[in-house]
Amino acid sequence: MTTAIEAVDAAESPVEVRPGLLRSKVLRQPQTIVGLSVIAICVAVAILSPVIAPHPKQQVGPVFAPPGGEHLLGTDGGGADMVKLLVAGTRVSLMVGFAAAIVSALIGGAIGLASGFFGGKTDTVLMRFTDYVIVIPDVPLMIVAAALFGRSLTNIILIIGVIYWTTTARLIRAQVKSVRERVYVKRARALGAGNSRLVGKHILPQVAPLLIANTVLLVAYAIFAETFITFLGLGDPSLISWGRLIENAFTDDALLNDAWWAIVPPGVCVAVVVLACTMVGQAMEESLNPRLSVGHLSPRRFRVRPVPPAREP
Amino acid sequence: MSLLTVSDLHVWFDLPNGRQLHAVRGIDFSVAEGERFGLVGESGCGKTTAILALMGLLPPNASVAGEVLLDGENVLARGEESAAPRRWREIAMVFQGAMNAFNPVRTIGDQIVEPMELHDVAEGKDAMRRARELLDVVGIPGDRVTRYPHEFSGGMRQRAAIAMALACKPKVLLADEPTTALDVMVQAQILELLISLSNDFGLAVVLVTHDLPVIAQVCERAAVMYAGIVAELGTVDRLFHDPRHPYTRLLFAATPDLYGKDDVASIPGAPPRLDRELAGCPFTPRCDRAFSPCPTVTPRLLEVEDGHVAACHLNDRAIEAAS
Repeated sequence: MTTAIEAVDAAESPVEVRPGLLRSKVLRQPQTIVGLSVIAICVAVAILSPVIAPHPKQQVGPVFAPPGGEHLLGTDGGGADMVKLLVAGTRVSLMVGFAAAIVSALIGGAIGLASGFFGGKTDTVLMRFTDYVIVIPDVPLMIVAAALFGRSLTNIILIIGVIYWTTTARLIRAQVKSVRERVYVKRARALGAGNSRLVGKHILPQVAPLLIANTVLLVAYAIFAETFITFLGLGDPSLISWGRLIENAFTDDALLNDAWWAIVPPGVCVAVVVLACTMVGQAMEESLNPRLSVGHLSPRRFRVRPVPPAREP
Repeated sequence: MSLLTVSDLHVWFDLPNGRQLHAVRGIDFSVAEGERFGLVGESGCGKTTAILALMGLLPPNASVAGEVLLDGENVLARGEESAAPRRWREIAMVFQGAMNAFNPVRTIGDQIVEPMELHDVAEGKDAMRRARELLDVVGIPGDRVTRYPHEFSGGMRQRAAIAMALACKPKVLLADEPTTALDVMVQAQILELLISLSNDFGLAVVLVTHDLPVIAQVCERAAVMYAGIVAELGTVDRLFHDPRHPYTRLLFAATPDLYGKDDVASIPGAPPRLDRELAGCPFTPRCDRAFSPCPTVTPRLLEVEDGHVAACHLNDRAIEAAS
């Protein structure tokens, strides 16, 4: 048997590279393209901000100068250029958003995976813990935690990450539980595959796209959370973020000075980025889970034509 | 000498209610190198359980007794410790419904390579090359290793499942219902493949099925199982033409004839429950030739001619004379 099978000579052909299904499907949707471009522009601005907008807090004009002229969006309560401040704020807001989303994806992914894969007591303990975290009110916890551990960027990232992992954990657990029971996982187990191989080769690939889509959605939540934490005065005082701009405008009585340009632009920035992340995340989720979109077996999809006239013999 | 010898194999399952289900109640058979052996019987007679026991792949509530000699060494001697090193490397299995057990998001090649990696047979490029060769062996062009399961037809997936079982160069291949859910043409091709594998590579094949024509087409010898025991064992030819156990005879009568001359007869009744002690011949209530010793005396497996054994009192002159 050995020699005979080895003797069969297979033609050496290069292993063909196949285009990713997910990529082609997601990229075809207009909302993804819009969302991704917005995110890409923001990331570019964030990276280049020290070059585009050096010394953003420097006073360059009168306090609350209206938009127009030299300062496109006017100046804030300290006489600093709003455009520069917005550019500088992009950096911190995005950093917190992505980092916190990754932290919560890691925690949620790990807990969901362990809970779904091992089941039984592990599942009960981890899920009850998740339930416990879910019922803790977010905002008061954030305030308490920020007050306790100090107002630094890392703390904000960790606080947001540690609060927002619960949905991820539940989502991943449900998916893992379903994948774990599929025949090919049982087959791999019968072939002698250990837990790490089962998780790494069979379960993670089925769960990872969902985790990624969820993480993109979490970025939106995290940016929003950063904004309101900073607005509540719990952000790092030395860093500029969109939330801090709103807070500064609030403490400097921008509204009493009718300086809408100090409040609206950072708010719009937050809204636009959150929207972009949501668009991309939803497009990914939709293409991963065909049940979310209208079924391709929908009765509305196929057309009915008149019967062609019988041909004369 | 036989490559695989099973003697007095028992399998019990612990039931949640505290009872034990005696699923395989002492079966014996042997398979030589290059031989094709069939295990037939109706659903629940212990066919699958028996071959899963050979692989040492039973669920945790099962217990096993008896001997499974592979190359003269007892696979079951030390439980998992002695079964694990031989599993896949010497004795491999195509599971029931294996064609539906591919991971949809990984390529066929990746999955055929998996047992090789897990059992240190080959790795990396060597493993992938071997996967290609294996696909060629089972009749699929080797360059399809990069394809995904959904791009394969049912018959191709079944071939790929066989290739996967062959990945670690086993000597014995156990095939559990390899042709169910396939249409007759593909079924015939898969059976041809099994025949050529055993002819060309000296692979011992144990085919489990409830489909008698399949056994007739593929196997040289077969065992008819009933309620966890071997009712009759012999060459397929003798089983078909000279059945010595009423169950075998009735089973063949229940198979449709190509020419439709005879009516298909069913065997009334159902197999006995195996979660209690059985007395006498388990087939008695359904047997058309049961007589006085049948309900009480368990029949021995008697040799009726060379290599042909049956567990029926009808073949036992001593008992027949006594009654």
